[in-house]
Amino acid sequence: MRYFLQRIAFYLFTAWAAVTLNFFIPRLVPGDPVQALISKYQGQLSTKSIQSLYVLFGLDKHQSLWQQYIDYWKQIFHGDLGLSFTFFPAPVSQVIGQALPWTVLLVGITTIISFTLGTGLGVLAGWRRGSWADGLLPVTTFFSSIPYFWLGIIAIYLLAGPDSFFPSSGGFDSELVPAWDQYFIPSAIQHSLLPALTILVSSVSGWILGMRNMMVTVSSEDYITVAHAKGLPERRVALSYAARNALLPSVSGFALALGFIVGGTLLVEIVFSYPGLGFTLLQAVGAKDYPLMQGIFLIITIAVLVANLLADVAYLLLDPRTRKEG
Amino acid sequence: MSIPTSSIEQVIPGQGSMAQPEVARPGRARRQRFRFLRSAKATTGLVILGIYVLLAIIGPWIAPYDPSARSNDLVQGPSADHWLGTTHLGQDVFSQLLVGTRSVIYVGFLAAIIATTLSVLVGIAAGYIGGKTDDTLSVFTNVVLVIPAVPLMIIITSTLNNVSDTLIAVIIGLTAWSWNARVLRAQTLSLRRRDFVEASRASGESTWRIIGFELMPNLTAVIASGFVGTVIFAVLSEITLAFIGVVNNGWNWGTILFWAQGQQALGQDAWWWFVPAGLAIALLGTSLSLINFGIDEFVSPRLRSAGKTKVKTAQGRTIRMRIGFTPVLESPMVQATRMVPTINTDGATPVAREAK
Repeated sequence: MRYFLQRIAFYLFTAWAAVTLNFFIPRLVPGDPVQALISKYQGQLSTKSIQSLYVLFGLDKHQSLWQQYIDYWKQIFHGDLGLSFTFFPAPVSQVIGQALPWTVLLVGITTIISFTLGTGLGVLAGWRRGSWADGLLPVTTFFSSIPYFWLGIIAIYLLAGPDSFFPSSGGFDSELVPAWDQYFIPSAIQHSLLPALTILVSSVSGWILGMRNMMVTVSSEDYITVAHAKGLPERRVALSYAARNALLPSVSGFALALGFIVGGTLLVEIVFSYPGLGFTLLQAVGAKDYPLMQGIFLIITIAVLVANLLADVAYLLLDPRTRKEG
Repeated sequence: MSIPTSSIEQVIPGQGSMAQPEVARPGRARRQRFRFLRSAKATTGLVILGIYVLLAIIGPWIAPYDPSARSNDLVQGPSADHWLGTTHLGQDVFSQLLVGTRSVIYVGFLAAIIATTLSVLVGIAAGYIGGKTDDTLSVFTNVVLVIPAVPLMIIITSTLNNVSDTLIAVIIGLTAWSWNARVLRAQTLSLRRRDFVEASRASGESTWRIIGFELMPNLTAVIASGFVGTVIFAVLSEITLAFIGVVNNGWNWGTILFWAQGQQALGQDAWWWFVPAGLAIALLGTSLSLINFGIDEFVSPRLRSAGKTKVKTAQGRTIRMRIGFTPVLESPMVQATRMVPTINTDGATPVAREAK
């Protein structure tokens, strides 16, 4: 339990650090970015959003930095992330709320599949070292070196098209209205297949390699030799003895790798014009929509932290040593 | 963006099951230099990387056209004039690729140098000094590690206008050091209590000397592998930033892809516009990964692909070598390193089962 509390304290600390970073980054901008934005939007910005921009960039001279920082926290606790200019006058929280489910479902499901599949293949490659499974390594190395988004472009080029089963962009048929019905859900699944496949192909190799190397290391432990000597079936030794122990670093690696994976998947969304956070981020970057960019960064960070927490729970279940009262 | 594939963190050479008996080698006192290069993987990787570095230096001079110069050949396929075709403005894609190499290599290596320096400082300090310093530095490292780097880089670069290549490298370097710092800390912890370090501490060597002359040489492989991994990460990050369009001064491979994506190269079937840049990235990434495999396997011979696992015994029976027992084939490589004891396959090995 103490281990668990320590982890929670750590995540709270990280969340604080992310929010603080988010607070300071706009204050690094040289000059007066608000004037630049006002002239860019030529009268489309209301006085209220101009005021909130001044607050965002820390150019509100009436307040001390400390006071601004406290106000920033108050805003965040109220779920107020400011107004977006790309989707004016929608608040950032609403824009993110629309995009978030797409990303969470796409990235969440594919990451779990990729982890399971990669770990399984890694167990095989590590246990049967010197068989055909070694041939997986060079292939996966090549695939892991390809940027996710480029693989997405190639996938669209080769597999998608007007006559193809795979749609090349979007998250659902444009004639449909998002709803939980028998028309919308199949369409959404059909649209997510190609992006999901792209993410799967590029991310699976890391798991294969990590698990294979851990299996090789674990297989030379004494307890494996003992298990063999006891005459246990090979399957049992491989799965219950070797794989279970080899899995531990992979699970803790899962949490840490998530930050990298999320970065890559955002780009896959951009290539496929998938209506998730990545695509929204692209629009925000194009329009210099700072409140939206920052909101997305904050939400992604929090999502990664939550996923980390879940990985920690899995670790607790897998490794009895962490459960011991200490 | 890819998952760091180095396994060095998990395999601590010389400890526990990894402890290898030192085989005395009379008459072989001379150390083998560049033994690492004997690995085919590492050599292939280094040769490809060498070509890239060469192109980074001479690329802008040998490029047939100015990469930004427009011409009247709009979106033309590959031809004798334009080896890799042209863009929507009639720019030569091959020249863009050549000129862009410099920026990619420069940012990759500069960012990796910055990140490696930081990770060495933080990782070794945390591992060696221990106590409160370790706790503080570890928490700091983990915070940087957990915060998603790519979105952070996107907001920082789009906040600052007109970022130069050097500034991008600095930003990438500042966000990419944490993984290596973690690995180095773990390695330092395992080295710290070794006899030779204790001995130098007892004989009154200064902390800096111990870190610089006792610990660092033993961490060379880990640092090198971290460096190579960071180069991959930095290259992918720079290309990502350029692809999104937050960085748009000068040419690099990401800029090419940015224009290809923005100008509907896909819809126009202009494969020459986006395929070469991606292949260039993938090949560079593969070469760096190969170097890293070479380093990994050099540090931990067990990770080598086993090669032949079926062995004929003197009795003419076939035995499949079990995992965990590195089969020793009398190749020059093994003779030179001889890090694994030869296994007597005639029956002394308890787990070597017969094939059915």
